[in-house]
Amino acid sequence: MDKFTLLDGLVAPLDRPNVDTDAIIPKQYLKSVKRSGFGPNLFDDWRYLTPGEPGQDHSRRPLNPDFVLNQPRYAGAQILLGRENFGCGSSREHAVWALEDAGFRVVIAPGFADIFFNNCFKNGVLPVVLDTAIMDRLFAEVATQEGYRLQVDLQAQTITTPSGERFDFDVDEFRKYCLLNGLDDIGLTLRHADAIRAYEVRHKQAAPWLFD
Amino acid sequence: MAGKTLYDKLWDAHRVREDADGTALLYIDRHLVHEVTSPQAFEGLRLAGRKPWRAGSVLAVPDHNVPTTQRSEGISGIADPVSRIQVETLDRNCADFNINEFHMNDIRQGIVHVIGPEQGATLPGMTVVCGDSHTSTHGAFGALAFGIGTSEVEHVLATQCLIQKKSKNMQVRVEGELGPGVTAKDVVLAIIGEIGTAGGTGYAIEFAGSAIASLSMEGRMTVCNMAIEAGARAGMVAVDQTTIDYVAGRPFAPRAEQWQQAVACWRDFVSDVDAVFDRVVTLQAGDISPQVTWGTSPEMVVPVNARVPDPAEEADTVKRNGMRKALAYMALEPGTPVSAITIDKVFIGSCTNSRIEDLRAAAAVAKGRKVADNVKLAMVVPGSGLVKQQAEQEGLHEIFMAAGFEWREPGCSMCLAMNADRLEPGERCASTSNRNFEGRQGAGGRTHLVSPAMAAAAAVTGHFVDVRELAGKY
Repeated sequence: MDKFTLLDGLVAPLDRPNVDTDAIIPKQYLKSVKRSGFGPNLFDDWRYLTPGEPGQDHSRRPLNPDFVLNQPRYAGAQILLGRENFGCGSSREHAVWALEDAGFRVVIAPGFADIFFNNCFKNGVLPVVLDTAIMDRLFAEVATQEGYRLQVDLQAQTITTPSGERFDFDVDEFRKYCLLNGLDDIGLTLRHADAIRAYEVRHKQAAPWLFD
Repeated sequence: MAGKTLYDKLWDAHRVREDADGTALLYIDRHLVHEVTSPQAFEGLRLAGRKPWRAGSVLAVPDHNVPTTQRSEGISGIADPVSRIQVETLDRNCADFNINEFHMNDIRQGIVHVIGPEQGATLPGMTVVCGDSHTSTHGAFGALAFGIGTSEVEHVLATQCLIQKKSKNMQVRVEGELGPGVTAKDVVLAIIGEIGTAGGTGYAIEFAGSAIASLSMEGRMTVCNMAIEAGARAGMVAVDQTTIDYVAGRPFAPRAEQWQQAVACWRDFVSDVDAVFDRVVTLQAGDISPQVTWGTSPEMVVPVNARVPDPAEEADTVKRNGMRKALAYMALEPGTPVSAITIDKVFIGSCTNSRIEDLRAAAAVAKGRKVADNVKLAMVVPGSGLVKQQAEQEGLHEIFMAAGFEWREPGCSMCLAMNADRLEPGERCASTSNRNFEGRQGAGGRTHLVSPAMAAAAAVTGHFVDVRELAGKY
């Protein structure tokens, strides 16, 4: 996993609540057995005017001019603003893979669905929760200021606007540590292999039917 | 000290270790695997030179990509080559890592959340995970069951554990008696309508109260299945005699002396009377009517006798805009009576509503009636090969086929349209599945979530109708 420390990135807005993971990456692309290559199909149904299938040359499909992320001013954005309950629905980690593959490293919203939130941290993507009132201001600022950027500092847990305004955010200590260092948490868990084995011995005594 | 909730007990019984900040290692008893969210996890194991910690805890089945017609050619009969590769990949991974898999043409094959309980692979007191958000279904057994991403699938394969922080406790009580024609699906849709799709975010929900206790295991599974649509990763129901009776004699269930020992242990998987919940929500069963969703989020739901709501009456700007987008996508006008909405297709199936009780309820409505002329396709997709077999023994397939429904092979099918079953752009569907998101059942398709009885009623009338108005047929 890539480390995440400090990011100064272009911001794109997606101003609608309950953006679900079906919208982020539609089902037909879940047939892939790989982890990469989902970027061109991020928000596929909204982004293109024609239906898409895996294996197609997506660069030849007509773009939907009404979809906000297709505006040239947001090309190369690394920070996505969202609304309440972002990432709800299916557990598909492909949603985060698609965001990451399309260049997004931070999603800021007033609330995230639990599974999506969790999946972000496994892929070097930082989900940040900010109050709705702050989100309203960020949406307003990005709409009026072309080239709007934010600075995201994970170590300091701050987001800084171009005018120097700073917002603090919370992040779980363990997740922060893993992101800052780009750590594979399977390796971390296996450091506790003895504790897992000891638990298994106790658990098997209490519930032997689980081990047959 | 206050007593423990069911969730507290399940958590404590599976905690391997915990750091000062509450980050814990949670032991996983049962790992269910399907073809869509597992290939990258197995590949990760290979790349790191790792093996499954306890391969015997894993049960795998292909369900999302499998065709629901003609199965005689097996995997080679899957027309879409990309789908075929995914099913083949699951077979190969299970063979390579010595994992028990029910293959596509095994009679025990079916939707992962149907076959786990059906086989007794889901047991009370367990932790159950799967790379699938509807894993919450298994909480109906007094288990802690939740969906995980593919990185976590790999983590559980490699370590038998997950790194977790404990959720808060929510109790949703449904008290009293459900009216005739009102089902578990209507209960859970009403709950989602009440608390919203983010209402359960950060919580584990225990469903309780006399109306929940009166539900069959199938009904409890329907309710827990959609805990995720209420925002909660895990939903659960306390263990009682109904639970134990359902589990008894299932292929993976304990036997003989171990059965007695297990039952004694399982009876403790209930919330203590003095347990404290962070939030309690109470609904009266008698107030719940058959429900129909009108929008593109499961919280956009109304009773069948209501009208499509008007965004102009919503005070919150973000919500109002969301409603407008939903109505535009659904091609509906505010104020339209739900019963005036006509449909093109009907889907009875999915991990929410494809068990035998669901098929019986739909068949009771379909019996002696015909699918309406304006309905292009009405399909019934049993949750597993064994559900299909049971339904056929009861003659349900003949009722459906006589009414003009198609009787299909088991799988996820048009719940998410990864196989060939899908809506065409603009088509409107009465569906017993769990998500009405844009494009969920096919790009441009419009989904209305309902119970199996309501779906059958819509099929035979061509529009939504209160199933209670169809005389004597519920």
